[in-house]
Amino acid sequence: MSEGVRDIVVPSIAPAAIDGEKRDWLEVGSGLADRVYIGAITASALVVPAILGLIFVAVAIAAWPALRTFGLAFVSTSVWNPVVGQFGAAPAIYGTIISSIIALVIATPLALGVAIFLVEFAPPWLRQPVAFTVDLLAAIPSVVYGLWGVFVLVPALSEHVMPFIADTLHLGNTPLFSGPAYGRSMLAAGLILSIMVLPYISAVTREVLLAVPRSQREAALALGATRWEMIRDAVVPYAKSGIIGGIMLGLGRALGETMAVTMLIGNRHEISASLFAPGYTMASLIANEFSEATGDLHLSALMAVGFVLLLVTFAVNALARWLVWQTSRASVAETGK
Amino acid sequence: MRYAVVVAVVAANLIGCGGGSDSSGKPTQSGSSGGTVVSNGVDLTAAGATFPYPIYAKWISEYAAKSGVKINYANLGSGAGIRQLIDQTIDFGATDAPMTEAEMAKAKGGQILHVPTVLGAVVIAYNLPGVTQPLNLTGSVIADIFLGKITKWNDPRITSLNPGVTLPSRDVLAVHRSDGSGTTYIFSDFLSEASPAWKSGPAQGKDLQWPVGLGGSGNPGVAGTVKQTPGSIGYVELAYARQNNLPAASIKNPAGVFVAPTVEAIAAAASNSVKALPANTDFRVSMVNAPGADAYPLASFTWLLVYKNQKDPVKGKKLVDFLHWATHDGQQFAPALDYAPLPPALVTRLDTLVAGIVVGAPK
Repeated sequence: MSEGVRDIVVPSIAPAAIDGEKRDWLEVGSGLADRVYIGAITASALVVPAILGLIFVAVAIAAWPALRTFGLAFVSTSVWNPVVGQFGAAPAIYGTIISSIIALVIATPLALGVAIFLVEFAPPWLRQPVAFTVDLLAAIPSVVYGLWGVFVLVPALSEHVMPFIADTLHLGNTPLFSGPAYGRSMLAAGLILSIMVLPYISAVTREVLLAVPRSQREAALALGATRWEMIRDAVVPYAKSGIIGGIMLGLGRALGETMAVTMLIGNRHEISASLFAPGYTMASLIANEFSEATGDLHLSALMAVGFVLLLVTFAVNALARWLVWQTSRASVAETGK
Repeated sequence: MRYAVVVAVVAANLIGCGGGSDSSGKPTQSGSSGGTVVSNGVDLTAAGATFPYPIYAKWISEYAAKSGVKINYANLGSGAGIRQLIDQTIDFGATDAPMTEAEMAKAKGGQILHVPTVLGAVVIAYNLPGVTQPLNLTGSVIADIFLGKITKWNDPRITSLNPGVTLPSRDVLAVHRSDGSGTTYIFSDFLSEASPAWKSGPAQGKDLQWPVGLGGSGNPGVAGTVKQTPGSIGYVELAYARQNNLPAASIKNPAGVFVAPTVEAIAAAASNSVKALPANTDFRVSMVNAPGADAYPLASFTWLLVYKNQKDPVKGKKLVDFLHWATHDGQQFAPALDYAPLPPALVTRLDTLVAGIVVGAPK
């Protein structure tokens, strides 16, 4: 990660360094073409934050009537009744976060295992096909995941996995696994999301591990480390901030996923501790109700759900940056010792 | 690398959000896309209900072949059709639930007419292994199932309706639509009439607060859940239930007869309720619990929405011609697609309605 930052910094200093004098960024080139070029790339760089800002403002304006009507109750209550115009999005917020956490808990160890195996252990003839297959998971449309979930995952869960957990393992009375086994549940949504985010985490981790300098590995081996110790003590800590970045990329994907989750989560406005119980997510709620919402307050409430979803994803990104910054600072401090 | 990751996270989130609002079909977006389509030689643009989409698609292709008039119909849902017609970004809309007075008052182009096009029905489908005869159900029993008051299939209230059928002691799982839908509107209209507890509880609408059960997205979502879950019961459109061979309950109508959902029983409901229509009706009528021993009680019109005053003479003429064709020649395509055609008595009255559309003078 930290070497990536250096990559970005180096070229921007380079032209000035070659000329041996300090120049303003707009005056780097000499001719008109250079100025047009710099102007164009600056404009395109500014367009993205501008669009993001406009989306934020537009959603906030549309969400305002609902937020003003319900205030904090919008995110803290569970009643979602379009007929009488009462809207509380707490179950959807809860469901979005819990399904994403389930996805990460399952996908992270798998993705790290795949990446470490491919970089450190896999013979060259196996590396390419496996890496390609894992990456291919990211190319499957989410509605296809949803269909697979409906026809394969849900029956497997309700007929085999859930009865096994509840009856054979006698966990049916614990809050986490209580209730009837319909199949469509928070667990089904979390499982499908874990498959969907796995390629993102694994691809980023693989690239980051490949970027760990050979000298790092050789030094660990020279000190007498086994292969496992080398990976655990020298390679993974070096790549830690990048791996966290990959996990956060997966989390971002999980939070916003709509189609597959809508098909599997059971779409129920209820907060339940049980993973077997149906739930709801913010993205599913918007997708389900937007096209038929006619009341102004109903529409505004859905926009407010979108607004909260934006806030949650921003918070996740902020957390990701902070974590990456913390770990890279910690590793700099360690190497500095 | 770090920048790449963060940018990618933001991009992924933006794509996620964009997907949501894309499928929603905001008026502004579709307005602009409508504009693009017009330049491609489309004569009329429309948007609205998904329930009658199969027959509208058939009509549009047949009518284009016959008259050369091209119509672009976006099946975005009744709500989107109503919103876009109010904002005048489309030439006509389509809905499964009639517009409310409040919505009519907001329309920017003046008075809106409801033109019934075909009839559909809501079917109560269930999954009960071992039960082969069609079940008999009443509105109040269905309401109590969806209220969570009846929880077992061998509840005395169900068994007493089905003498000679051995019902298992399975738990009942109620399956409903999670997306806003005209189907839900018709279903809840029926339950509100049948059950005071339903009327004062979830009441009537395209999205409800459901006391129990699972939500499936769209007809396929509900039908899929019912098919996969023994003990479940759900409601789907007739066309969908027939094409998927789901067992469907016979429902008790106001005459006290249990009627199975068939195109004939819907047609009977339509012709019986049309007879009772007052002369000055605007056709925004509910057809649930239609009179007559042969009428299926869960039938409904679906409507096209048009402005009474058509300012554009060219488009207005094309629209009036299409409405006339759809209510006459177009009706023959209905039964094959599991819709019931309009009763002839109604078609005559619709001729008067369509003739009342004022087309602006050519400039």
